[in-house]
Amino acid sequence: MSTVAEHTIEHVHRDDIGSRLGMWLFLFTELILFGGMFIVYAVYRYTYQSEFHLAAKELNTSIGTLNTLILLTSSLTIVLSIVAIRKNNKFLSVFLQIVTMVLAVGFLINKYFEWNIKIHHGLFPGSEILLGKGNGEVIFFGLYYVMTGLHALHVMIGFILIEVMTGYTIKGRINSTNYVRLEAAGLYWHLVDIIWIFLFPLFYLIT
Amino acid sequence: MSQDHLEHTVEHKPTYGIYILVWLVLMMLTGVTVAVAGINFGNITVATALTIAVIKSYLVLTFFMHLKTETATFKLFVGVALLFLLISIALLFTDYSFL
Repeated sequence: MSTVAEHTIEHVHRDDIGSRLGMWLFLFTELILFGGMFIVYAVYRYTYQSEFHLAAKELNTSIGTLNTLILLTSSLTIVLSIVAIRKNNKFLSVFLQIVTMVLAVGFLINKYFEWNIKIHHGLFPGSEILLGKGNGEVIFFGLYYVMTGLHALHVMIGFILIEVMTGYTIKGRINSTNYVRLEAAGLYWHLVDIIWIFLFPLFYLIT
Repeated sequence: MSQDHLEHTVEHKPTYGIYILVWLVLMMLTGVTVAVAGINFGNITVATALTIAVIKSYLVLTFFMHLKTETATFKLFVGVALLFLLISIALLFTDYSFL
């Protein structure tokens, strides 16, 4: 008994596998959060098929596609930053993390313009123009704002997480032998990417 | 003992190449989704879009999220989580008879 304890204390004080498993458990709660919304979407898309198609025509496919490419690329840069730190290339790792954050900001800027145009056209929850349309279209835009909005919130949280990780990497708290924090932030970022992979065809590509 | 443990944690030598390859495939699949959406296949349009989305998610989970090199415990956890999500969707389908 005591030998086991001594053995553990003598060596590493952390459990990387446990940390990653914990992160995955948290991601499952995110899966349920968004999963529930996708279920609501499925029911209403089935109920108001033609109105969903009509409403989706208002969305800008080009901005949606651009944002998909941005998020996929940011997923690549964050995973490469982990490879870089494992190879003890601190400079490249920090650089790739910064690129990831720049891409995240790019995504949010696009989202800002996209929402701005919608709101300018009077398409926002509770607007006179929207309330004049059918129930299906009102629900489509309600789901569109809630789901892409919640996703954008996750992009912002991911940005803050990566920013903290960049600080840790610069200070050396994340290094070639201890990079589990960066891995956890990466896992979160990839989940945000996966959610967008489903949001994109379901909202932008149903015309 | 501890040496074994360390080796197990570090696992394979990390390389950039595989991730860039996966990224290229993901970009390509995005192109395919957008192109296919323009063609009207009727009911199977949604199915096509979702199939591509599932393939893309599989690639992200396996490679970017390192499930490929994780232990069986991780795969089991993810499998169970996805199974329960599928069950909730399937139960919903019985209420709304989508077909």
